[in-house]
Amino acid sequence: MSRLHSRHLLGLENVPEADISLILKTTNSFREVIDRTIKKVPTLRGITVLNLFYEPSTRTRISFELAEKRLSADTVNFTTSTSSVKKGESLRDTVQNIEAMKIDMVVVRHSSPGAPYYLTRCMDANIINAGDGAHEHPTQALLDMYTIWKKYGRLDGLRIVLVGDVKHSRVIRSNIWGLKTMGASVALCGPSTLLPYEVEKFGCDVYTDIDEALDGADVVNVMRIQLERQQSGLFPSQREYTNLFGINKQRLKLLNKNFTIMHPGPMNRGVEITSEVADSGNSVILEQVTNGQAVRMAVLYLLSGRKEEEG
Amino acid sequence: MANKKYDLVIADGRIIDPALGFGKDAYIFIKDGLIQKVVTPTAAVKKEVKNLDRSQVIDATGKLVVPGLIDIHVHLREPGREDAETIESGCQAAAAGGFTSVCCMPNTTPRIDNQETVKFVQDRAKDCDARVYVVGAVTKNLEGKELSEIGDLVKIGAVAISDDGKYPQNPEIMRRGLEYAKMFGIPVMQHAEDQYLCAGGVMNESFQSTRLGLKGAPAVAEEIAVLRDIALCRFTGARLHIQHVSTRQAVAAIRKAKAEGVNVTAEATPHHLVLTDEEIGKEFNTNLRVNPPIRTTDDRDAVIEGLVDGTIDCIASDHAPHSEEDKDCEFDLAPAGMIGLETTLALVKTYLIDKGYLSWADAIRKMTANPARILSLPGGSLAEGSPADITIIDQDKKWTVKADKFRSKSKNSPFIGWKMKGQVYKTLLGGRVVFEQ
Repeated sequence: MSRLHSRHLLGLENVPEADISLILKTTNSFREVIDRTIKKVPTLRGITVLNLFYEPSTRTRISFELAEKRLSADTVNFTTSTSSVKKGESLRDTVQNIEAMKIDMVVVRHSSPGAPYYLTRCMDANIINAGDGAHEHPTQALLDMYTIWKKYGRLDGLRIVLVGDVKHSRVIRSNIWGLKTMGASVALCGPSTLLPYEVEKFGCDVYTDIDEALDGADVVNVMRIQLERQQSGLFPSQREYTNLFGINKQRLKLLNKNFTIMHPGPMNRGVEITSEVADSGNSVILEQVTNGQAVRMAVLYLLSGRKEEEG
Repeated sequence: MANKKYDLVIADGRIIDPALGFGKDAYIFIKDGLIQKVVTPTAAVKKEVKNLDRSQVIDATGKLVVPGLIDIHVHLREPGREDAETIESGCQAAAAGGFTSVCCMPNTTPRIDNQETVKFVQDRAKDCDARVYVVGAVTKNLEGKELSEIGDLVKIGAVAISDDGKYPQNPEIMRRGLEYAKMFGIPVMQHAEDQYLCAGGVMNESFQSTRLGLKGAPAVAEEIAVLRDIALCRFTGARLHIQHVSTRQAVAAIRKAKAEGVNVTAEATPHHLVLTDEEIGKEFNTNLRVNPPIRTTDDRDAVIEGLVDGTIDCIASDHAPHSEEDKDCEFDLAPAGMIGLETTLALVKTYLIDKGYLSWADAIRKMTANPARILSLPGGSLAEGSPADITIIDQDKKWTVKADKFRSKSKNSPFIGWKMKGQVYKTLLGGRVVFEQ
């Protein structure tokens, strides 16, 4: 049986091509499980997974939880609102207490970049990063990549444009590393104040003109633009953002035939993307959500070290 | 014993003293805490020493003997955070690092912005293993709003003023601080980082912060702060000392100002001379979180160039203890600062002297005579009649930095596990051995 090179998934930077390929192929088998009437396999029976969410999240948490349940794992959820974090317990104490209750795997969402890495130093469980600050969100990028791979049969040689708040986006960072490893050509586009310092060192094409970025692209992955960035003075108004970077029907003409529209959600309809585009036949936005579950099942399964026959 | 001619003799060491000349083998005779004489080892001298009681002789054959090192930038945390460091433990760390004089910054709790707190520190420092000189606050409570009673602070013994850790953002306040300090002949020591530009920053803004998604503090925040204060220094004719210079452009600005005769001096820390921001992504080690942040390789090289060509006058550790409880957390939630007293000399030897940037003579000057001159401190020389503050160095000794060996109460060093060359053999304070290996 093939195995991943690491027992954690902290990010996609430095994850080898073989591992990403293995995850994508494994996702394919679990994708089929989701479409069954009985959407459940015994693969992770007896394994306990903690969903440790220090930041609010709806879809990622639900997606992980469903993935765990469909694999027959026992799951427990921890969110800041119901925990003793507010009493000032440190992250180390929190997870060590929970681990003392015999947890095998931890899915963590945290506002501090590197927090999942820190957890690997605090506990023995397998750690899966479900988003750490502006650093990485590897399962989101993997589901994006799976969705593209499923449609085109390859990632190699495709032109993929990531549009939005590059500076604060963990989804973009993970997509950059994963897509580049798989041989895709990656372009970044956003207002210059939302492009981080020395962004060109990622080795992507960088644009501040959306029309130039879209020209000849196969896939556009549109990121949510957060109102708080406007409040902190990084761009003047939502209206101007929409005019300069919003994805509308007219701009789609610049794309290659058989193009694809993606969005990791939650969408601001009418801001970064028009409803017409989001709901069009080329949009795979809901397919992404379904695939997300399968990707997370694959990651949980591969990191658990379980063999299929054990299940 | 009552009529001993000498209390102690340091025999056969190689003297490195910026005032006396370099590389001489000599015997140092100590009496009543003072250096009585420094002589070349003639047969008569050797014979005289041979007749002394062995407990009176330190054999320094093959070792370097230098004036007690001086660190003009440390945080002793007392009063307020005695769990992280006390004046006593900080002085023990100083002694272990070869430092016999340290200048402590005023960002304690309460702040050192009044006579009572200066007096408290001075009292606590009595009988400790290093001389402690107090740096008072520029502004009350380090708030950057009103000048503290600087005259009072100087009267009781403050050797300089600084709002270290913070930057008086209001240029009018900084102007008045410089003007007022000028009246007493003391410099303002400045932590030069524009607070707006580096707000929220937890590491250098570079591709590394971009890659890691950590908020960056840009080099331009330091450059602008340095340029503003050089302009104010020129305008007021006061004395400005730039602390922990970390960027290429800040070095260039200071170099130019010095060439134009502006009364500015500068220091660099071992961590800015050795580390780069590429270290952070390896393990998110919170001991690498420091203000100003460790920068790019290019900045690091520029700081070394500045140190070599004299733009940067001295090396200071910015020893900043933090408890393990405070540092054992997520990277961006950790307080800024790392300890440095016990690793500075070895880092200078391993990364500056052995790599050919500095000679021993240059390095020792930047840790003795130069810092003494900047703050008009006694010490920094082995001249006859000086207090016997002496550091003896085993220059080729290889060692590995270990957390449990630190004398400091805090262990927040990113150099734990690093292999070093050059170690303090003994430290003498006023003729008393305060540290020995």
